Amino acid sequence: MNNSKLITFVAIVIPVLAVMLAARFLGFPVFERIATLLFINMILVLGLQAFMGNSGILSFAHIAFMGIGAYTSSLFTIPLQMRGMVLPDLYPVLKPILLSPYAAIAVGAVAAMLVAALVAYPLMRLSDAAAVITSFALLVVMHTIMVNWSEVTNGPRTLFGVPKATTIYLAAGGAILAALVALYFKESRTGLLLRAVRDDEIAAGAMGANLSLLRWKGFVLSALFAGFAGGLWAHFITSYQPSAFYLKETFVILGMLVIGGAGTVSGAVLGTFVVTFAFEALRATENALNSSSVFPWQLVGLTEIVLALAMIAVLVLRPGGLIEAEEFGATWRKWRRRG
Amino acid sequence: MAVYVQFLIDVLSLGSLYALMALGLVIVYGILKLVNFAYGELIMVAGYSLFLLGGTPLPWLVMAAIAVLMAIGAGIATEYAAFRPVRSKSVTAVLITSFAFSTLLQNAALLFISPRARTVPLPDIFSDTVVLGGATIPLRNILTIVAAAIMLAIFSFIMKKTVLGLAMRAAATKFTMARMLGIPANLVITSAFALSGLLAGVVSLFWLGRIGSVVPGIGLEPLLVAFIATVIGGMRSLQGAVVGGFLLALIVTTFNYSLPPELLKFRDAFTFSLVILILLWRPDGLIKGPATGQRT
Repeated sequence: MNNSKLITFVAIVIPVLAVMLAARFLGFPVFERIATLLFINMILVLGLQAFMGNSGILSFAHIAFMGIGAYTSSLFTIPLQMRGMVLPDLYPVLKPILLSPYAAIAVGAVAAMLVAALVAYPLMRLSDAAAVITSFALLVVMHTIMVNWSEVTNGPRTLFGVPKATTIYLAAGGAILAALVALYFKESRTGLLLRAVRDDEIAAGAMGANLSLLRWKGFVLSALFAGFAGGLWAHFITSYQPSAFYLKETFVILGMLVIGGAGTVSGAVLGTFVVTFAFEALRATENALNSSSVFPWQLVGLTEIVLALAMIAVLVLRPGGLIEAEEFGATWRKWRRRG
Repeated sequence: MAVYVQFLIDVLSLGSLYALMALGLVIVYGILKLVNFAYGELIMVAGYSLFLLGGTPLPWLVMAAIAVLMAIGAGIATEYAAFRPVRSKSVTAVLITSFAFSTLLQNAALLFISPRARTVPLPDIFSDTVVLGGATIPLRNILTIVAAAIMLAIFSFIMKKTVLGLAMRAAATKFTMARMLGIPANLVITSAFALSGLLAGVVSLFWLGRIGSVVPGIGLEPLLVAFIATVIGGMRSLQGAVVGGFLLALIVTTFNYSLPPELLKFRDAFTFSLVILILLWRPDGLIKGPATGQRT
């Protein structure tokens, strides 16, 4: 690991650890919940960055892979005596299998990766808008399957009884690991070639870069992240339904990545922190306004409206996001040399 | 016999709506090479306009005209809010700003109107049926086909015979060159958004005629349909959008008629998988457009 990458990594680890310790020891359970969700979202955003930042293709399907990770891991951890009640139509083969939550989360991540590997190869031949649109269609396909495959997902109803296994330490560890992998991937041979394709498809292709294979590798890696985050999330929330993995969540994750800067790992992390804090502050305001009944009606959707306005404003002022092109470590070293 | 007539009318009426939707998306994409994610919300805007006008004593056609005008207004507003400030800077940025604008409109509807479905006023003619070749067919399906034919005729007249249409086609082929020859970029782009609002507004009347009420999330399905139809047809060709719309309607209707009920709930998954297969065979869509697709 060279110097500037190390600085970037340290600059990511310090706030993660600081938030983790603050949330753990300030004594408000709600902080611990917010921080854990922040770390899980960070894994998702970093996964999306690994594909989108390096390949330049916007992917809407990311959240669906989170859903695959969540459902697959839950299938193996719901206690045996509850299974008949939660999933009455579960296939007999799956009924007696019980795994430890950690093993199940890993299985979920691998499952998401395998599904991505299968479905993504044809899609990676597409570029530009067609690629974005098909990823959007893929999100809808997966959502339709999650809502209707009641044998394993309990249909549109809530899946419950998932044991709570994700602690704040596990989530923080996962986030740090994700940051490390994302940093390495960006500078790896595949990452470099992928970025070459992003910047000039024709020139990179002429020099022998296998466009669809490169994108496929990036996509599969990003689905692994998403599946991992999904497993962690399922074992933190413990009961959920398919609507958790749809457009609203997609909007939040994309917002985090784009506000922070899709091109850089530091940007992805910064965006996750900024948007989480803004989101929680707004939600608290919305709840306070609703409970004190300042307005005669209930406010719904105010948080999303403000977030949407903030996204538009950031993109108008800085189209590349807060940290556009240069990782934090490189900026820091330049600044040190000058000073 | 009856079932064939019914099938044909179903395909044509659904296809008309899909084709008009796809056309509205492609006309903007052709010029800017940018996708408008807030496109579905134009349907929502028209729907809520109808709902809000529902209590007034105006004749339905006037309400419908106002709703279409509101959709045109919303289309132009999308351009000013989400496209103009960022369109020259980054492709991804525009995708996100239009996605954000769509979320903004949806949540505004949630906040100011209601999360629950609202019934829109519809003329009686929409619930009538006619018997044709032994099949009972809702009259609104025939009306949809007629309206779509008129819209397509008007649309091709504008694109082929007027200066504005010529300018839009020139801009879609090579935007830089068109600008060098003195075509005002902002005017062309705003007109494209207005036209796409007009198409979405007309579609919304018939779309609402099918379901009868409006919810904040109503725009998703038409948006998706337009997306898929354009991808099948070829993102850069206006004819392709129409072909793609009718082809998608054919696929969906065939599934509706042939799939057993326990598989029918997975219909969307089947449809989109088929679309992926079509794209494997022809990654650029069925009909290639005029330009290279290079953004300018």
